[in-house]
Amino acid sequence: MPDLLIELFSEEIPARMQARAAEDLRKLVTDGLVEAGLTYAHAGAFATPRRLALALEGVMERSPDTREERRGPKVGAPEKAVEGFLRGAGVAREALEIRDEKKGQVYVATIHRAGRPAAEIVAEVLERTIRGFPWPKSMRWGTGSLRWVRPLHRILCILTREDGHEIVPLEIDGIAASDVTEGHRFMAPSEIRVTGFEDYAAKLKRAKVILDPAERAEIIRHDAAGLAFATGLEVVEDEGLLREVAGLVEWPVVLMGRIGEAFLDLPPEVLQTSMREHQKFFSVRETSGRITRFVTVANRETADDGATILAGNQRVLAARLADAAFFWQNDLRVAREEKMRPWLDALGSVTFHAKLGSEADRVARIAALAREMAPSVGADPDMAEEAARLAKADLTSEMVYEFPELQGIMGRYYATDAGFPDEVAQAVAEHYAPLGPSDTVPTAPVSIAVSLAEKIDKLTGFWAIEEKPTGSKDPYALRRAALGVIRLLLTNDLRLNLIGDRVFSKADFSHAENEAGLVGPKPEEYGPDLLAFLHDRLKVHLRDEGIRHDVIDACLAMHGNDDLTLLVRRARALSEFLKTDDGENLLQGFRRANNILSQAEEQDGVEYSYGADLKFAETEAERALFAALDSEEPGIEAAMKSEDFTAAMAGLARLRAPIDVFFEAVQINSDVQVVRRNRLNLLSRIRRLCLDVADLTRIEG
Amino acid sequence: MPRHRPRSFQDIILTLQSYWAEAGCAVLQPYDMEVGAGTFHPATTLRALGPNPWAAAYVQPSRRPTDGRYGDSPNRWQHYYQFQVIIKPSPPDLQALYLGSLEAIGIDMELHDIRFVEDDWESPTLGAWGLGWEVWCDGMEVSQFTYFQQVGGHDCRPVSGELTYGLERLAMYVLGHDDGNEMPFNAPDAPIPLTYGDVFRDAEAQYARWNFDTADTDMLLAHFRDAEAECARILAEPETDPKTGRVIVMAQPAYDQAIKASHLFNLLDARGVISVTERQAYIGRVRALTRACADAFLATVPGGRAA
Repeated sequence: MPDLLIELFSEEIPARMQARAAEDLRKLVTDGLVEAGLTYAHAGAFATPRRLALALEGVMERSPDTREERRGPKVGAPEKAVEGFLRGAGVAREALEIRDEKKGQVYVATIHRAGRPAAEIVAEVLERTIRGFPWPKSMRWGTGSLRWVRPLHRILCILTREDGHEIVPLEIDGIAASDVTEGHRFMAPSEIRVTGFEDYAAKLKRAKVILDPAERAEIIRHDAAGLAFATGLEVVEDEGLLREVAGLVEWPVVLMGRIGEAFLDLPPEVLQTSMREHQKFFSVRETSGRITRFVTVANRETADDGATILAGNQRVLAARLADAAFFWQNDLRVAREEKMRPWLDALGSVTFHAKLGSEADRVARIAALAREMAPSVGADPDMAEEAARLAKADLTSEMVYEFPELQGIMGRYYATDAGFPDEVAQAVAEHYAPLGPSDTVPTAPVSIAVSLAEKIDKLTGFWAIEEKPTGSKDPYALRRAALGVIRLLLTNDLRLNLIGDRVFSKADFSHAENEAGLVGPKPEEYGPDLLAFLHDRLKVHLRDEGIRHDVIDACLAMHGNDDLTLLVRRARALSEFLKTDDGENLLQGFRRANNILSQAEEQDGVEYSYGADLKFAETEAERALFAALDSEEPGIEAAMKSEDFTAAMAGLARLRAPIDVFFEAVQINSDVQVVRRNRLNLLSRIRRLCLDVADLTRIEG
Repeated sequence: MPRHRPRSFQDIILTLQSYWAEAGCAVLQPYDMEVGAGTFHPATTLRALGPNPWAAAYVQPSRRPTDGRYGDSPNRWQHYYQFQVIIKPSPPDLQALYLGSLEAIGIDMELHDIRFVEDDWESPTLGAWGLGWEVWCDGMEVSQFTYFQQVGGHDCRPVSGELTYGLERLAMYVLGHDDGNEMPFNAPDAPIPLTYGDVFRDAEAQYARWNFDTADTDMLLAHFRDAEAECARILAEPETDPKTGRVIVMAQPAYDQAIKASHLFNLLDARGVISVTERQAYIGRVRALTRACADAFLATVPGGRAA
């Protein structure tokens, strides 16, 4: 069976698109082949800046012959219908077969399709793949109409057998498939003729091209670590940058250079960001954390071992860092001499949202909210307010204008330099966190207060102007803000009734003016909807923790569900309880009791809710259940009062045996009405106890 | 092309001109108006439209008022030079041609690291976009390389390849000067050697003062509105000239007004009188003008109308 090799050779493919493109090529080609009946044993896809490659091993020589039977119209059907059927099936009238069926005789056509040679199928599939390739952005060039990510120059497409290889006949917009490719743009630019994948990979390597991106990344990682280690330093890990740089070179050559003395006092975050963003350099640090060198990756070897390249890079870096140092010095002056005041003033002219006012308006709201919430998170109100006032100041600093990703980080430096307390500076740095499901959650009280206020202001603001996330559209990252609120509350075990404590109403939008004035709903109106949004995010969050959605629903239905910490404690306890044997059986018992009760209540038109009396008990099982309820009820109620859900459910678990025995031994329906009513009232005690813990009717299965 | 090391700023310009002349481009002169970038030259913006082949190269003095630093910055000036190449349809060997031009100005491919790094180009005022790269030499951006996909809201068919060299930065690198004002403009051993700073430094200070603080904003605003109105008026004229009886679509005179409006907007921006929200509105107004001019150009003979 032949092997297939495809290479699409183009001008430089953006690094960020390469991995996805290699995978798309693999999927589109293999899916197309399989759909056409051509299977294969193994597939490997690769990308470099100038090529996408796909190697398939063990492709079938031909697709198999197929035979399909198709039922047609009844014998005697109108001539038109029969003709149509013949056309559709592509068979001649004489080939039709008449078959007896229950409802009469029908025509049956047998369609034979001969298998086709691999080359023919590959050519079709590859053309379709190239023409419909899902590039995030594609372009035309010259006079052609073909679209590719950048101009496509060559298509290599061969089938390799033991006795040689065959070029798959294919031509797309003037590019004919061949067995030829090119080596490294500068180091080995001549044409290379290849016979199969092994030959291809080996010849490319000789022509200074490493086909496999993982291999290139590994070389960079290894060589960079080696260079750093030899001077007693270490490379700051950056997987994203590593992937990107591996996509910028076909022949990685790692070079290490020094950062000029004058710049070593810049904060490490500034050095790292400037070098990564502008130059795609890795940072190299001392064990103390000080960044003193950089690693750059060139795309070629040179006679001077990279000396010219390194000198050039070092000069460019010096110019960049001179800019950064200039920003830093200017910013420090504003921080030290003017306590960041000019930045705070400038926030007034930065629009946060047309309907929600400027960043300064937003800061004022956050400060007020942080102050109000401070006591409930254990923070000093003055400090929380001060930190909130400073939290966004760095947005108008020169450094953050240049590097937006340094927001917060610069704020901490500047707040410290301006002489604010450490707690305040820390809150400035941390108030954006957590930024995602795995980002660290602040635990310092002042940071919690500001971070919560920042997110609640954002959520209530957009709810107030009715710009909620819809479907995949969430331009203001409100889902992330909601998850932030959830993780802040849960991680810090904070008790806050979002509705009951009027948290949502504390954000004051009355001064968020727009031309038409604020016309959206009031907090009382949007509060429940916003809470439901938080509940939705909480469900997603808990699902990742392995808690089922119906378990959460059972807890959401309970009073006090605006206290997310309480809600989660209940859900976790219930989830654990239902995993036990006792829990599962108690749930069955509850269901049985609830079903019998609901039926009886519907039938009798009354509610059996209290008044079960031991004196009407007729059997031992009834009396035992009375006794068990009497002995467990106070404990369960006490546990619920102290919100010890695990203890409450342990109490319920002890009811499982008497309930099981009761249902086994006792027939609820009795001719004696008073006995029947008494039994129903006894069941209602079970129902009430269970429903106090969680709404078990919502548990599925 | 014989390789020699350029010794001055003008050497680099002369070398690029002769290189691209030899490659078959018409070497044009700068457009005689204030523009923000070489792309604004009608030889690029308008000629990228329509079906007719085109190949041109030229230096374009460009002005970005907000970049003014009173002549004090080693690498930023409000007036600077771009070298621009445009070839339509883009030839298949455009990358190789471009690399040849770097060799011509003395960048040895055996010693330097040249990279094509993704950079999608978009000009909101021209209603134009394209895909291509920043070209890096040893980590420094030395050119923009773009395949035009749309200009003035029209799909480009065929596609033009556009190269833009930032001449000061490129020259500083090739000549080995960290301070652009110190690099020689003419031959260092000429009887009267002049540096870039000798030529431009004082003018930079003069323009910075005018751009940032002195320009009369009411007048600039009035000029902007005038240019906008004149552009629309020109295009509203009938295609047939009543005097000569010939079809004369005045795309280029109208486009001159669009260029003026664009530069006046840049001046207003530098004076700090345009708020963030107004900015978008002004850009939209300039784009409307360039679009209308693009439409008109397509009705001219160079734009593809049958002669």
